[in-house]
Amino acid sequence: MRTKLAQIGRRLLQALPSVIGIIVISFLLTRALPGDPAVYFAGAMADKESIEQVRKALGLDRSWVEQFFIYAGNLAKGDMGMSHNTGRPVAEELLTRLPASLELTLTGLGLAILIAVPLGMLAATRPGSWIDHLCRLLVTAGVSLPTFFTGLFLIYIFYYLLGWAPSPLGRLDILYMPPPHATGFYAIDSLLAGDMETFAATLRQLVLPAVTLCLFALAPIARMTRGAMLGALASDYVRTARANGLTRSKILFTYAFRNAALPVLTTLGMVFSFLLGANVLVEKVFSWPGIGSFAIEALVASDYAAVQGFVLSMALLFVAVNLIIDLVLTLIDPRVGLED
Amino acid sequence: MKRFLRHLRYVMSENPVTLAAFSLFLLIVIMALLGPAIAPYDPLATDAAKTLKPPGWQHPFGTDHLGRDVFSRVIVATRLDLGIALSAVFLSFFAGSALGCSAGFWGGWTDRIVGRISDTIMAFPLFVLAMGIVAALGNSVENIIYATALINLPFYARVSRAETYVRRNAGYVNAARLCGATDARILVTQLFPNILPPMMVQISLNMGWAILNAAGLSFIGLGVRPPDAEWGIMVAEGATYIVSGEWWLAMFPGAALMAAVFCFNLLGDGLRDLVDPQRRT
Repeated sequence: MRTKLAQIGRRLLQALPSVIGIIVISFLLTRALPGDPAVYFAGAMADKESIEQVRKALGLDRSWVEQFFIYAGNLAKGDMGMSHNTGRPVAEELLTRLPASLELTLTGLGLAILIAVPLGMLAATRPGSWIDHLCRLLVTAGVSLPTFFTGLFLIYIFYYLLGWAPSPLGRLDILYMPPPHATGFYAIDSLLAGDMETFAATLRQLVLPAVTLCLFALAPIARMTRGAMLGALASDYVRTARANGLTRSKILFTYAFRNAALPVLTTLGMVFSFLLGANVLVEKVFSWPGIGSFAIEALVASDYAAVQGFVLSMALLFVAVNLIIDLVLTLIDPRVGLED
Repeated sequence: MKRFLRHLRYVMSENPVTLAAFSLFLLIVIMALLGPAIAPYDPLATDAAKTLKPPGWQHPFGTDHLGRDVFSRVIVATRLDLGIALSAVFLSFFAGSALGCSAGFWGGWTDRIVGRISDTIMAFPLFVLAMGIVAALGNSVENIIYATALINLPFYARVSRAETYVRRNAGYVNAARLCGATDARILVTQLFPNILPPMMVQISLNMGWAILNAAGLSFIGLGVRPPDAEWGIMVAEGATYIVSGEWWLAMFPGAALMAAVFCFNLLGDGLRDLVDPQRRT
């Protein structure tokens, strides 16, 4: 147990350079603005004096090093600046919209795992069968699909042609009131409030965008599962287990899958990173009121503080997810960390 | 060379999918080179009398909300899409292999700094980072290229570092060193040509991804400005008409985009078979 705790501590320390790197890059991005940031932040009507004032207020008259520490200090206080577009603090805007995006991303990722892992396992246990070919086709086609195109395609089929899906506008049909705020996840909130009708309406809105994200995430997870399972099934310990006459399911799940799950878990971090990008596109297609839509609006309005706040928080979220995955790996795999 | 051609023919006949991908690749290249010449209509010419016409004999892909021919626009857009992706991939190929080769060859501090740079880039969700870069540098096609190049840099740096690292004490490197060649000369004339094959595979696998990225950026309104024809922006323009049933505006450019990405991914797999028979998929 002691060694596990030490490993976890060491892993937490290893995340520090990434966080510092992320803050440095996002600082550089805010300073790379074309033109004079002070003129920009002072607004179109500003005269010379007020521009100077803004320059002082933003600390732009000091050295870069000083400016960096001011920036980092503000971040530590949770201050990402004001959004020009909405007139509210960027951090607040992002926080209120984060649940919408997370609900979508996590549902998509969950669906993808539920489909891709069994598919990859089946393909690996029956190489050369039709399911193996299906898996390969899905993997190659999946990485070629532009997410925004898949989303529009699904809308055309399921909304326009079949009429099964509700209109692709936001998280809830306008006929329904959002459930009372508890977690910000509409599906969970409506369940907590015991409002089954709103829950069903939430799910109906959620299905198409979540399936779009799922199709995107499916390919890398299925590929990794298939590869890892093939490797595990060809290993000595599976041969030994077979020779000892263990049942097929015991070999498959206890021995092969538990070993194959480790690389799959590692891949999930990368998949999550791609999903955060794809999420922006899907949110635009489905008018989903999450942080992706917020970032697009900010981009169009040249609201730099909001865009950089978005980039920074997505990167920090990604670091956090990788950290969690590594911690889970440390906890479930006795071999991790034994080498050093 | 003759052996290579025979091997190429063998790989092609062995795997009809690679052959199909190769033919599609040729078609894309022809469309990119001759685009405006083979398009039946002017991609920018509007016609108020013929707006939102469904696909038919006169307009195989229909017309858009301004009466422009979608077929011509899809063809003409190939050059811009491919141009953005190619420039971005070559930028990151050269910058990435320069960084990766020196890291793998000299090791030590160079290696640590290059590793740290690519780790920091990889710490961002890459599409999100590209959005941030374009927002900071300004909204233009060149900046889309720089952003796409930067987010692809770590992949090239890593592959070239690994490939250089295993070869840095190879016989021919030591021989060149004995002949008095400088480090830079060994890197450029001995090591770089030898790591080219695996890098080529990386390029073709990366092209599809670069096209997707650039199209995604223009889909959200960055880089390419209307009325220019580009697949991403055409899908974005057609998106509003999907809910009223005018599917051809978005579906054809989207399908062209998908076909191009699919083609490069398959070519990458085929190239890998050609270059490295041991790692067949």
